[in-house]
Amino acid sequence: MAEIEIKNVAKNFGAYEALSDINLTIADQEFMVLLGASGCGKSTLLRIIAGLETASSGEVWIGGKRIDHLAPKDRGIAMVFQNYAVFPHLTVFENIGFGLRMKKLPNEVVRQRVEKVAELMHIEMLLSRYSGELSGGQRQRVAVARALAMEPDVILMDEPLSNLDALLRMEMRAELKGVLAESKTTAIYVTHDQVEAMSMADRISVMHQGKIIQADTPIQVYRNPSAKFVASFIGNPPMNFLPASRSGTKWSVAGAKFTGPETKIDILEFAVRPEDLKSADNGICATVKIVEPLGAHLLVTCTVEGHLFRVVMDSDTSLKTGQIITLAPQANRIRWFDPETALAL
Amino acid sequence: MSSRILPYFLISPVVIFLLAFFIYPFVLVSQQAFQGDSGAWTLSNFQDVISYWKFPISLRNTLLLAVAVVPIQLSLALLMATMVSRMNKGRDLILYVWTIPLGISDLAAGIIWLAIFEQSGFLNSMLSGLGLIERPMNLLSYQSPVIVFTAIALAEIWRATAIMLVILVAGIGLIPKEYYEAADVFGASKWKQFIRITFPLLRPSLQTALVLRVILAFEIFAVVAALGGTLFPVLMGETYAYQFDLLNSGAAAAIALIILGISIAFTMVILRVLRVPKGASI
Ligand SMILES: Nc1ncnc2c1ncn2[C@@H]1O[C@H](COP(=O)(O)OP(=O)(O)OP(=O)(O)O)[C@@H](O)[C@H]1O
Ligand SMILES: [Mg+2]
Repeated sequence: MAEIEIKNVAKNFGAYEALSDINLTIADQEFMVLLGASGCGKSTLLRIIAGLETASSGEVWIGGKRIDHLAPKDRGIAMVFQNYAVFPHLTVFENIGFGLRMKKLPNEVVRQRVEKVAELMHIEMLLSRYSGELSGGQRQRVAVARALAMEPDVILMDEPLSNLDALLRMEMRAELKGVLAESKTTAIYVTHDQVEAMSMADRISVMHQGKIIQADTPIQVYRNPSAKFVASFIGNPPMNFLPASRSGTKWSVAGAKFTGPETKIDILEFAVRPEDLKSADNGICATVKIVEPLGAHLLVTCTVEGHLFRVVMDSDTSLKTGQIITLAPQANRIRWFDPETALAL
Repeated sequence: MSSRILPYFLISPVVIFLLAFFIYPFVLVSQQAFQGDSGAWTLSNFQDVISYWKFPISLRNTLLLAVAVVPIQLSLALLMATMVSRMNKGRDLILYVWTIPLGISDLAAGIIWLAIFEQSGFLNSMLSGLGLIERPMNLLSYQSPVIVFTAIALAEIWRATAIMLVILVAGIGLIPKEYYEAADVFGASKWKQFIRITFPLLRPSLQTALVLRVILAFEIFAVVAALGGTLFPVLMGETYAYQFDLLNSGAAAAIALIILGISIAFTMVILRVLRVPKGASI
């Protein structure tokens, strides 16, 4: 059992607040993804869990035991480092077997485990090489293999696939997820690639400026973002926002009327995803600015009363720049945000 | 200028410098060593030098000193370098203090230690002041070769450990700290980290430090002259004696070449033992 609990963790580097008020519970065997832009504190949080950095305040618990006073090796974790940290003076084999050797496992066990994970990561033919003779992507896979070989309770991965080409990454994603599920490992996986996050995660924690904004299942994070930041961060192209003002019992958005939430506030932000819009006879009027055929569909960038507004349309649609189109959002996909707090209503 | 000539042009100053100040004197010395009085080519200088009764003693002394001093210096330098690189505050200050002996000439260092060990020196006054001995003893006499040897070794260790320290501190600074983080996570104790990470990754610096130190150890002269005088003959002392006391420059050249040969042999061994396999450097 390796449930991870992070309680009120904060981290300051001098005057700079890298993490503040982090509370997160990760269930046993859960695959948690930390997603956020560069510099938002993902690595710092991971390193605090690993014990490579001490939190300025707060507690970290693993498997019901408080571990933030323990040395990294006593926490039952293994880690894939963002910059790999593959030992240059050891062969790939010895790198992968490093932790097992430190545990003084018999040679035969080390050999079996190393070969197993090497095969998994498609690096079995590199076992006798030194890291100076490897590409970045190969080195990264050695780093993942080294962590997997430990068969830890908790595995911490800091952008472990960032250096692989798209095809290999897709393949590794699936394999890694499979292996971790099979080995019943609790995983924390840092990435800034939202496709990776969506496809692998049981839950995603979206981080922004040292805070966790939302921690939920991928579909919830996508469909019901709890804050405007999440809504604009997740999804490519991102969600559209338009100002909405009260008009009787309804809300008026760029001339169109929508049923909105009950609230005392008079100004709201209306949000809808580009793929949840359809051309219709009445709705929001938009002026087409750019039409980008993307094969499967058409990405149309418009303006609505001066606001950027993107629509994903069927690739058969024929549109011209400057044309005015009327768009109707799918009613159950409309979201509302408070412009003051930027939180969802 | 064409790209084929350019590299040669660029290294030419160094080549000219080396030719004028190293290769040319080296050729002259070799000539002296291999030529007899008549100018004919001969090995007689080497035969004379080697068959002289002091030669085996001075060879043994030189090697003995190197074997005693260099490993101690290496361990000390490694220890000090590891300590210094773990410090945050005061690191530079400690490093400066530790490297002060480097700025002192070897003869001066010998004299400093002579002031400690001689009959009217610090050590004697301290011992008699404490009542441990009745009157000052002559520590550096032919009756106590062990003390003479120890004094020379101590002076050498005090004087020349810092040169290794400086090289090793620079080398340790080049090892990225994430290797230690990975080692921490994967269960290596601090000692294991030293053995399995610091030491192997430090091989290039160790090579440099050891080669430099071993060569200097075979050239030891002034410290021995100050502390041991004629009690403790070493190869370099013999070279000096041949050249300036016996005015036999042929023999002096021969000994110099023998020292060169020993240095080259040790250098090769060091480079070989501490070599880094291809693709395995940081
Ligand atoms: N040792 C340190 N000293 C000072 N500031 C630091 C230190 N480590 C990290 N920071 C700062 O903390 C913030 C978070 O860093 P962190 O490495 O956690 O970002 P990240 O989310 O992992 O980014 P990336 O996706 O680029 O890896 C950054 O602004 C960084 O500059
Ligand atoms: Mg990072």
